[in-house]
Amino acid sequence: MSTAQQEDLQQKEQQLSTESRPQSAQSRRFATPLVDIESTEDGYVLYAEMPGVSKDGIEVTVENGDLLIVGHRRPLEVSGEPIYRESRLYDFRRVYELDPSIDTSRVSARIENGLLIVNLPKAEKVKPRRIEVE
Amino acid sequence: MNIQRFQRYSQPELSRAFDRLATLREETDSLFNTPFSPFFRTSGSFSTWSPAVDVHEDKDQFTVIAEVPGMKKEALNLTLQNGVLTISGEREREEKKPDQGFRSERFVGRFQRSITLPASVDPSGVKANYQDGLLKVVLPKSEEAKPKQIEVSVS
Repeated sequence: MSTAQQEDLQQKEQQLSTESRPQSAQSRRFATPLVDIESTEDGYVLYAEMPGVSKDGIEVTVENGDLLIVGHRRPLEVSGEPIYRESRLYDFRRVYELDPSIDTSRVSARIENGLLIVNLPKAEKVKPRRIEVE
Repeated sequence: MNIQRFQRYSQPELSRAFDRLATLREETDSLFNTPFSPFFRTSGSFSTWSPAVDVHEDKDQFTVIAEVPGMKKEALNLTLQNGVLTISGEREREEKKPDQGFRSERFVGRFQRSITLPASVDPSGVKANYQDGLLKVVLPKSEEAKPKQIEVSVS
């Protein structure tokens, strides 16, 4: 293959790859945070690892029975050039289908040292309750 | 017709299978480490976790950033010896009642990472801080490691 042909082919490949990956919000890449879920009598507690995410970068949304957690990373200010990199700068995102017994109006969240903690309390009416016999 | 008793894997076979898994993991790790393997040593194998580490360099200093979310400041240790920075620590589980239902992806326990710095640093000037789950260590280069311009007069 001549060099001209090769260049032509390369151009076509580039065109193809840019066309197939439109720059829309849907195609943005996210990292999946590592999550622990604890089940208690009162509900669930979710612990999501989001290093590099501060309080301002957290979005917790409950919609149509789904819990969406998003963490926007704010890279640290560092002088100089990276000489070695293992971290990925993608934002974090994960969706969970909620147990219908969760009282969505009382969902609360906080972040401590890059660990997002979401409290998902169960509605009062579904908690086990002991009935006194009269 | 012979009826054979069903047997689970006997112990030696099982441990061999785990050994194979461990070697597989080490091999996978080494794939990613290859270009930098002389700089980085991950200690331990199966039981430990290994936080992601970035290294930046400018003319005066190195900056090492490790992703260690959900730790207590006191549980992080830093040592610098012979130009090798070692970050270690231990993380505990958050949950209070482990007997209840639990689904776990996060790593707990000890970790250790050692980073061989490509030039000598001044140990007295090392500063570290922990914020948003990132441990940032700034290591100023020692005077002899900084690039210098030497003027040569031509006579």
